[in-house]
Amino acid sequence: MTSGLWHRMDLAARQLTPSLLTLALVILNAVPLHVPGLSRIAPLLPLMAIYHWAIFRPRLLPAWVVFLVGLLQDVLGGTPVGVNALVFLAVYGAVLSQKRFFMGKSFAILWLGFALIAAGAMAISWAAVSLLSVGLVEPRTVVFQYLLTLGLFPAVAWLFMHWQRAFLRQV
Amino acid sequence: MREGPSSFNRLAQPIKTLAQRFAYLGLVVTAVGLMILGKVDQLLIDGFRANVTDAVAPILDAVSRPVESVSRAVDHVREIGRLQAENAQLRDNEARLLQWQAAARKLEAENKMLRDLLNFVPGREPSFITARVIADTGGAFAHSLILNAGARDGVTRGEAAVTGDGLVGRVDSVGAHSARIILITDLNSRIPVLVGPNRTRAIVAGNNSDQPRLIHLPPGESVAPGDRVVTSGHGGVFPAGLPIGQVATVNDNGISVQPLVDRSRLEYLRVLDYGLGGIVRVPESDRAHLDDRKAGIGKGARPRTP
Repeated sequence: MTSGLWHRMDLAARQLTPSLLTLALVILNAVPLHVPGLSRIAPLLPLMAIYHWAIFRPRLLPAWVVFLVGLLQDVLGGTPVGVNALVFLAVYGAVLSQKRFFMGKSFAILWLGFALIAAGAMAISWAAVSLLSVGLVEPRTVVFQYLLTLGLFPAVAWLFMHWQRAFLRQV
Repeated sequence: MREGPSSFNRLAQPIKTLAQRFAYLGLVVTAVGLMILGKVDQLLIDGFRANVTDAVAPILDAVSRPVESVSRAVDHVREIGRLQAENAQLRDNEARLLQWQAAARKLEAENKMLRDLLNFVPGREPSFITARVIADTGGAFAHSLILNAGARDGVTRGEAAVTGDGLVGRVDSVGAHSARIILITDLNSRIPVLVGPNRTRAIVAGNNSDQPRLIHLPPGESVAPGDRVVTSGHGGVFPAGLPIGQVATVNDNGISVQPLVDRSRLEYLRVLDYGLGGIVRVPESDRAHLDDRKAGIGKGARPRTP
């Protein structure tokens, strides 16, 4: 009986990891890294996490967690509250609606998919923030941030892939 | 999820999908609602922001410390490599600065004499709080920092945050033990300044790039690259004379300002308290008045209480 309980607790802990990893990336995104020039084009790490888990384990990253992650990103990042919540939900929804397309595809295709979806996400953020602050956000920095996010995606995806194989094989 | 009997499942599945879809839509609508709410009742959203930041601040504080140590170690190694060149440069600088010191001493004495002559009333000396930067929330959409000091330490909204180099930004929202600084490069930052030797009035407006713009110059006035930009103190938010940067480029696209403060090097900030009741500050007691304002009493024309 105790082994059953342990098993269940173990399973629950494993099932929590996608959400917790995504939250951790929000925190990590906010830590000052003291790299010259980085802070203004810091890659949007949580976006990668949401994309990845929406494809591979959507059940372990429910929509309300995506919403909360977005809110936390807004609060810490200083963007108008609700913008990233909306953007992350949009990414989540877009991936889920195309889930069949993504299943079993090569990594190159996943990366391409991320490129398209992240472009959409950046466009929504840009429009929303510009609209809410009644002033245009410099598009150049947005493009740089997008490129950096895109470039860093394989590293984060690789990490998540291995995590998934190690801890989430059966769940 | 354990699957039930298939007949039940056939009925339950579409309902579940429908419920999920509604939940998703509900969340999207909530997100949009929050954005609008942020425009309508900024105080409410600011309070929410401050509380959440407060809750996360200990985590940020803990995580940022090792990162800071590593960055310091890297800097240290890099500095050792440059020691000789830097030494030579410092010696040069010292010679130059000694000349400046002599000039400054002379001016100081002259200044004191003239003040005595005019019975000049000096401005209040600021008190300050030094706090650590625990989050530099990057990205193209907002430029802000989070400090590990808040209302309990005496930080209040609207105060200026500076380093030894110059102005960093202003305190935007304050929690119990954390505060958010809006950088001068942020899209929402507008600072009245004086430019160059002519003390031309203008506004430094952030646009989320690393070089804010200089706008609203009086007609006929011109500025040149290299002109110093300092706060003017107009509007009563910032004290006058805090250095911001210098004019970087002047062209058809506008005038850009290179800030003096290097954002990637920010570890500690000073939050200055000049006792100014800035126009951005809305004390708790004014929350009640806010409804009056919404009812149509002149926006921003509220008389400042001493």
